Amino acid sequence: MKFSGTESYVATDDLNMAVNAAIALSRPLLVKGEPGTGKTLLALEVARALGKPIFEWHIKSTTKAQQGLYEYDAVSRLRDSQLGDPRVGEVRNYIKRGMLWEAFTAGEQSVLLIDEIDKADIEFPNDLLRELDRMEFYVYETKETIQATNRPIVIITSNNEKELPDAFLRRCFFHYIRFPEKETMERIVHVHFPDIKPRLLKEALEVFFTVREVNGLKKKPSTSELLDWIKLLLVEDIPPESIRLDATRAIPQLYGALLKNEQDVHLFERLAFLSRRQ
Amino acid sequence: MFVDFFFQLKAAKVPVTIREYLMLLEAMEKGVFGYAIDDFYWLARAALVKDEKFFDKFDQAFSHYFRGMMNAAHGLLKADLPEEWLKALAARLFSPDELEKLQQLGLKELMDELAKRLQEQSGRHQGGSRWIGTGGTSPFGNSGINPAGVRIGGAGGQGKAVKIWDKREFRALAGDVELGTRNIKVALRRLRKFVREGAEDEFDLGGTIRATAENGGWLDIKMVPERKNRVKVLLFLDIGGSMDSHIRISEELFSAARGELKHLEYFYFHNCLYERVWRSNKRGYNEFTDTWEVLNTYGPDYKVIFVGDATMSTYEITEIGGSIEHWNEETGETWLDRVLTAFPDAVWLNPVDPGRWHHTPSVRLLYQLIQGRMFPLTLEGLDRAMSLLRKRTSQPTRPV
Repeated sequence: MKFSGTESYVATDDLNMAVNAAIALSRPLLVKGEPGTGKTLLALEVARALGKPIFEWHIKSTTKAQQGLYEYDAVSRLRDSQLGDPRVGEVRNYIKRGMLWEAFTAGEQSVLLIDEIDKADIEFPNDLLRELDRMEFYVYETKETIQATNRPIVIITSNNEKELPDAFLRRCFFHYIRFPEKETMERIVHVHFPDIKPRLLKEALEVFFTVREVNGLKKKPSTSELLDWIKLLLVEDIPPESIRLDATRAIPQLYGALLKNEQDVHLFERLAFLSRRQ
Repeated sequence: MFVDFFFQLKAAKVPVTIREYLMLLEAMEKGVFGYAIDDFYWLARAALVKDEKFFDKFDQAFSHYFRGMMNAAHGLLKADLPEEWLKALAARLFSPDELEKLQQLGLKELMDELAKRLQEQSGRHQGGSRWIGTGGTSPFGNSGINPAGVRIGGAGGQGKAVKIWDKREFRALAGDVELGTRNIKVALRRLRKFVREGAEDEFDLGGTIRATAENGGWLDIKMVPERKNRVKVLLFLDIGGSMDSHIRISEELFSAARGELKHLEYFYFHNCLYERVWRSNKRGYNEFTDTWEVLNTYGPDYKVIFVGDATMSTYEITEIGGSIEHWNEETGETWLDRVLTAFPDAVWLNPVDPGRWHHTPSVRLLYQLIQGRMFPLTLEGLDRAMSLLRKRTSQPTRPV
């Protein structure tokens, strides 16, 4: 059981190594990288490539570690008791399973995605140490231990908004997805648009990497933006020769797909103005 | 087997632990990789390094270790390398005929011959001892990526097969931080300003009890939005020059602030604030941000923290053209004043011992300009600065 990318996801060798090591040792894999380099997608593609069910747990700033295990809905139970609902007698009826629980008891090995772990409170990863290490936890209300029958493949993504605790890091494999180089990028585009004309691809990538190199951009366009943009170029049937940036055109065609905020567009307009003056 | 490597990483200040080392060994035992050295590099990196800022140090230590190990050719035999690596190596160095002959001799002889061959090789190709990694003669030439590994008898002079770890592509990400930032984080937590906003998803106990009582004992559940930390901070860090001796504490503060504060924007300046600041701490001369832009971009609800030793000549603050590295059209004083007007909540953290503040004219001057809101960069000073920031300052405060 080895992961080596899929027909819709280009994985570099070092990424494959990290994924396979994490699978072999059933340790979590922590993935970091620039936005839009396919961190979240990795988990989905691993699940698809290996034919395993996936459980996605998307973290928000309000997410608590406990929510990944289970939640005891005491309020519903109280309400039911007032309404005389017969379900009240059984506490199990009010325990809501979290994603970890679902993944642990899936019946076959599954892939568990913990997305954007750095969004949560700084103690959040610490609260999950034991659960991810031993792949088991205790339910106080029913006095039972939930143990993973098949240790899931855990993939955790982080956007580097907060530092993660050392104790947590020690238990993970780590991979940093670098922004793809031109060749990798070509492969990625090919995977999504197999029929793209070489000329168009070349010109589009040229422009894309030029845009990325402009200093002072608030949000550099990433892979997903490139793909959107190329899709647009194809739909609008823009001829390859009119994509190129030159003295008469300093803003890319259909730039809305690449530049996502006003300041960046302004920046390009200023650059365009300057280049016209020269 | 790689204990030396482990210690070299430690020496290079990559934070590795035994647990991670054991994880690496376990992965090797499970045969995760196919004995190509690139695979080993990737595996070791995934297992041992947990932050991309250490990748560069790891690359250097890796390169150093493997060069050292391969230095003397017979070092190969002493170094406890997996047999498969050596066999793969032999397969590259000898022609099939030779190999067959040697294999009849047994492993020991094979290795001896290999050592001899390697010795010749290193002499012939580069003459130096650093032949692994540079010049494409690496015998461990990663059976996949750089097929031009070692060639015997054929044409030499293959391309530059620089090893991935020798490319040091992660240099830009390095930066020494973390270690004891926890205390600083706790101090920064004083800045937290909780606001209830957004979806009502938290159970309001008090409200529910009240509403239920009013409802004649029938439950009436009340919900409130969860509390969120809404504090916004602009951090201005002095770098270079006299700040070099305080770099560690500044980095710790910075790292802690990044971990603790959600709305944090940071800029760098040199000695005194002028019309431009830097966003990247390289202090390169190309990526400026206009100070005006900073003033216009962020609202007055941002709290400003300056970090700097405030130690310079006073003319750098008071004179036009006083900056030591460029011609400033307006004085540092003017700029500081503008910042303080735009952001009434501001403090200055000074890593210099407060006992020495009075002996430095520029510190005294800045102390006045910032209206006494200068604090030593110690936990205690940080604590005081943060509680001051929390209480919407703007009025002058007691001197330190």
